Amino acid sequence: MLRRIGHDPEAPRPRPWSGWVGNLWCRGSAPCDDRGVTTTSAPPRGTAPRAVRPVEHRVVGGVARGIADNVGVDVVWVRLAFVVATWFAFAGVIAYAVYWRVLPIGEPVRSDGLDSAARRGLRPSTSSAPMSRTEAAQTAALLALGVGVVLLLQVLGLGIGPGGSLLVPLLVGVAGVAVIWRQADDDRWSTWVVRTTGWEAAGRRAVGALLVVVAAAFLLLGSGGFSVATDAVAAVGVALVGIALILGPWIHRLSTDLTTERRERIRSQERADVAAHLHDSVLQTLALLQKNAHDPATVGTLARKQERELRAWLYGEDGDVPDTVRAALAADAADVEERHRVPIEVVGVGDVAVQGDPDVRALVRAAREAMTNAAQHSGAERVDVYLEVSDRVAEVFVRDRGRGFDRADVGPDRMGVRGSIEDRMTRHGGEADVRTAPGEGTEVRLRLPLRPRTDHQHDEITPEQEEAR
Amino acid sequence: MTHRVVIVDDHAMFRSGVRAEVGRLVDVVGEAEDVATAVEAVVTLAPDVVLLDVHMPGGGGIEVIRQVATRLPETRFLALSVSDAAEDVIGVIRAGARGYVTKNITGAELVDAIGRVAAGDAVFSPRLAGFVLDAFAGTIEVAQVDEDLDRLTEREREVMRLIARGYAYKEVAKELFISVKTVETHVSSVLRKLQLSSRHELTRWAHERRLI
Repeated sequence: MLRRIGHDPEAPRPRPWSGWVGNLWCRGSAPCDDRGVTTTSAPPRGTAPRAVRPVEHRVVGGVARGIADNVGVDVVWVRLAFVVATWFAFAGVIAYAVYWRVLPIGEPVRSDGLDSAARRGLRPSTSSAPMSRTEAAQTAALLALGVGVVLLLQVLGLGIGPGGSLLVPLLVGVAGVAVIWRQADDDRWSTWVVRTTGWEAAGRRAVGALLVVVAAAFLLLGSGGFSVATDAVAAVGVALVGIALILGPWIHRLSTDLTTERRERIRSQERADVAAHLHDSVLQTLALLQKNAHDPATVGTLARKQERELRAWLYGEDGDVPDTVRAALAADAADVEERHRVPIEVVGVGDVAVQGDPDVRALVRAAREAMTNAAQHSGAERVDVYLEVSDRVAEVFVRDRGRGFDRADVGPDRMGVRGSIEDRMTRHGGEADVRTAPGEGTEVRLRLPLRPRTDHQHDEITPEQEEAR
Repeated sequence: MTHRVVIVDDHAMFRSGVRAEVGRLVDVVGEAEDVATAVEAVVTLAPDVVLLDVHMPGGGGIEVIRQVATRLPETRFLALSVSDAAEDVIGVIRAGARGYVTKNITGAELVDAIGRVAAGDAVFSPRLAGFVLDAFAGTIEVAQVDEDLDRLTEREREVMRLIARGYAYKEVAKELFISVKTVETHVSSVLRKLQLSSRHELTRWAHERRLI
């Protein structure tokens, strides 16, 4: 594939209003196309990713690009395939049209905070690059090739219809339909089909009426022989296309108006949501801060809590139930921080699901205990937590630069380190290691070998796999 | 030697906060609030270190580095941000910043970081180290490896892990029985890889990750 890999990644252009919708519900890592546009929410592991039509870098409907991205070949081959198929009774055009209707649009998954920052020029503009000159040339060449061969087939008498009399009207018709479809994409298309008032309805009725006329023409001219009927159909076809072209601009404008209206509505709803959220969270926190202005520790904790909440909200990594180690550790860290008023920084590399794995859950519990100990007893200004998950092992390091302690001085009655951390890890097949000395701070290292998850995961994924197929 | 520093941030309150915190230990020669004023200030003042916000009007910190770096090869940039986007943090590093720290860093740590950057070393916060490990994680096919730029050596990985665990350079050195200078060399080398690696996963990873 002609991938652009470079020092200067081209960032995608966010769709004006897909940000909110796209982000609040699509989380996690997602497959990207070659320009780094995250085009869909992450499919669960083990299911075949569905092809989508990208919003950007498309020429007509994005079908070729979507299929190319899904199959993993260069887009030019897909386009060529469509062109070649077109030589055989326009199969390519028909297939393209069908795919256009069937393939969903791929929404870029973007962070709201980033979208907004990009809009306000706080970060480099993320406009998508225009089609490269090579690609434009390739597409034009393909188009010429397709049209040329079709014309050649007609001249040789191998094409559609007797003597090719239908060719030109057919081509014009296809072009007209393409124009309309291009404008009436997806939801707009459905509005066009479904609406009972306005221009869409009128247009639809007109088309319907014309179809009736076509049928009538067939009936009336039925006795006139096949060639007469063919001519009539051709004439009616041309008329249809003409009408489609006449109505085109109105349809387009109307659909644009509709989209704008819808966008406005979504915007105002978003604004209301933002206002409500700010009221519930930020304003409350600000009030609390004013009340507690005399107590720096409380102010700090409140501020950090609010910061976390706002971040989670803005950057969409909030989750009601933390279902991965990283999320669970972050939630525990936040909780411990709130209780003991010591900032806890969590840095994570890799991740693994907590659900359904008692060992991993034990690791999280032990880590929480270590965080609590550090926050409660060390007297450190800050606690650093580092999580690293590889295929075989999950490790958590909880480190403080506090007063440390001497293992010998800790009585056997103190459950914390021995019971909650070391024994727990041992029971679950892991190990815990506490490094400390008075004045040196403490580091608790937890290590849990991960079972090979293949069979386990297989069981979980199968229903989804079946559904995807 | 006190370092000459320009603070670039679009929030006046933050600028004055930083100035108050580090003003006694470094020489804050100027401030700027957006890309245009930042470029002007940096070019006229030619400071040792520019404390650079990642997000600000006019295209963000990346834009400042792009416009200035070639003209002032001696000026170092230290990204200082609350930005959550891995994409942007990696972006600013790849544009040429010598380090990245978060805005909740303490004054003393910031002064230390400024000194390090001024000396030509790299400054990695635990978060950035975590980023790097994440970005360079996993195995990639040998055929795809473009020289050594695309992977970390075992030693570099160890250093990054310790930094991610919250170790200061001095503590890393003690832990690995190497000198602080060697730690600095490793970190600079990682920074170079981060800036120059064309590893596809790196770009892609940064796009996918939205949160530090």
